[in-house]
Amino acid sequence: MQKNNKRISFSYLLIIALLFLLISFFLAVRFGAAEVSFKQTWQALSFSGNIEEIIILQEIRIPRAIAAIFVGAALAAAGAIMQGMTRNPLADPGLFGLTAGANLFLAITLAIFPAIDYLGTILASFIGAAIGAGLVFGIAAFNQKGFSPLKIVLAGSAVSTFLYAVTRAISIYFKISKNVTMWTAGGLVGVGWSQLKLIIPIIIFGLAGAFLLARQLTILSLKEEIAIGLGQKVFRTKIMLFLIIIILTGAAVAVVGNIVFLGLMIPHLVRTFAGRDYRFVMPLSALTGSIFMLLADLLSRTLNAPYETPVVAIIALLGLPFFLIIVNRRRRYF
Amino acid sequence: MIDPAIIKKQRLIILTLFLTILITSLLNLIIANSTLSIKRIIPILFGQGTFKENFVIFSIRLPRIIITLLAGMALAAAGSILQSLTRNDLADPGIIGINSGAGFAVALFFLYFPVQAGKFIYFLPLAAFTGALVTAILIYLFSYNKNNGFQAIKLILIGVGFSTALSGAMIVLISSADKTKVEFISRWLAGDIWGTDWSFVLAILPWILVLLPLVLYKSNSLNILALGNEVAVGLGMNIKKEQINLLIIAVALAASAVSITGGIAFIGLMAPHIAKSLIGKRNQLYLPVAILTGGWLLLLADTIGKNIFAPQGIAAGIMVAIIGAPYFIYLITVN
Repeated sequence: MQKNNKRISFSYLLIIALLFLLISFFLAVRFGAAEVSFKQTWQALSFSGNIEEIIILQEIRIPRAIAAIFVGAALAAAGAIMQGMTRNPLADPGLFGLTAGANLFLAITLAIFPAIDYLGTILASFIGAAIGAGLVFGIAAFNQKGFSPLKIVLAGSAVSTFLYAVTRAISIYFKISKNVTMWTAGGLVGVGWSQLKLIIPIIIFGLAGAFLLARQLTILSLKEEIAIGLGQKVFRTKIMLFLIIIILTGAAVAVVGNIVFLGLMIPHLVRTFAGRDYRFVMPLSALTGSIFMLLADLLSRTLNAPYETPVVAIIALLGLPFFLIIVNRRRRYF
Repeated sequence: MIDPAIIKKQRLIILTLFLTILITSLLNLIIANSTLSIKRIIPILFGQGTFKENFVIFSIRLPRIIITLLAGMALAAAGSILQSLTRNDLADPGIIGINSGAGFAVALFFLYFPVQAGKFIYFLPLAAFTGALVTAILIYLFSYNKNNGFQAIKLILIGVGFSTALSGAMIVLISSADKTKVEFISRWLAGDIWGTDWSFVLAILPWILVLLPLVLYKSNSLNILALGNEVAVGLGMNIKKEQINLLIIAVALAASAVSITGGIAFIGLMAPHIAKSLIGKRNQLYLPVAILTGGWLLLLADTIGKNIFAPQGIAAGIMVAIIGAPYFIYLITVN
């Protein structure tokens, strides 16, 4: 690998990111609808003391902040993998139909089994994300001349529109609009320890896979011929990466709903500091995703307190400038 | 000169479309789950119905049919213009973000500008137009590049970005509003044709009456623009001015339609494409066909959605998306 002196070394970046993560986590626990003091925040974090405020923190804010960390990491890592694998700077779980697919299957599940438990909804998200991604990639693969990055985004947009339309039809027909919306636009409202116990191992598993395959991903992101030339089993690697994307996105969507642009912008942000080697990009993306999600969720709780402004919407709005910059910068892709 | 044989073919297609629309409208009148029998339709239309029958036909179903037709026609015309402007068959007011701009403005207007109930509907197209125009201008500016002029494909992509972000903005608006109003907005978003009495026809009609003839009148400009900037300049056209004029017309058409019917995409994509494959790319020929096809498609979608999934019905916008999205994907793969 070529050394690039302009880029700050990886270990510094990692330390900075970890520091930011700690600060954001503390802020996320400290601020919210109910006023608490720094001392109480500390007591809650160290699990000492049991007055009412501290219980609020321990049962509501801390699990929610932890969920933000994992969801943000999962989506950012999934975005990084997708961008590397498809060599498409615009790849994002939200834009490529994964979230819409997960959505549809959540709606179907809620329509057929109204009393489904959390594990069931996670499974539904997995299947849906896989189908959404399968549709978009399938359409891209169907075209023999190859798809420009832009066209995949358009295909993703069409597939998403289609899946959302079916979702809406199902939710109206079975009168479950409200439940479905609670899932898809609910953000991190009401995430507790019991859900975390299910989600965290899944996301850790996915992230571990992503870190392990980061080297292969770097090679894939350069050129398929190079990867083959270097003796990689391209197809097998791609399948494994695809599964990891599904796991990460499915789990994240099951917790937080339809988040777009996060998986798009974080890896881009990270690459401008850390270069193109995914062994560095991947962990930093995960960390930055966590920080971003923590702060976005904090914003969603405090902007219009005590009411929540959906975090989904905040991220969609924040993401637009990024999207525009990327579209404008990468002229060679069009 | 246009070959007389083709003109004859166009007339034939238009006639067929008129008949199809008529039949679909009759079907719409008949199969809706109500107590009216088929035999009664003709007498009622000729003024021999009872009070109740007249009410159902003239005050409920007929205005809805007319609104659906007008909106479909407007969307098809808007789509045709956008496709000529961008020289790309994938352009559609819904896909490139104009609808969501209109939707955002409608929601904003609905929530924060209390207007008398009676006048409200006449301001609605205006609000939608403002929102859509601002969005369109932003999209245009962002896709404009000093060196290369403006790139069609980038315009569509940026539109997708805007549309996503604006849906987000819409959720922010909704989350801060009270429940009864949210109900309205979410119905609007689904493209449930909600404005269904004669006052809505009146609200949208002036827009259509002015703009549709204007589009037909501009056929030649559209032809020239579709050939490419060099040709257009060579023929002495002020490209930028003409592009902006046409863009404003397209936005106004789409916004007026969408303000009454709610978010409906893909009509503006499908109708021109079907028309072009029927009669070719010359605007004078395909525009009227596209416009009629658009009206018919939306009417058909509404008829199906309303009746097959009775009693709740499926919003026309959803029906159109379910048919239109696969069509769009087909278009991308063959293009």
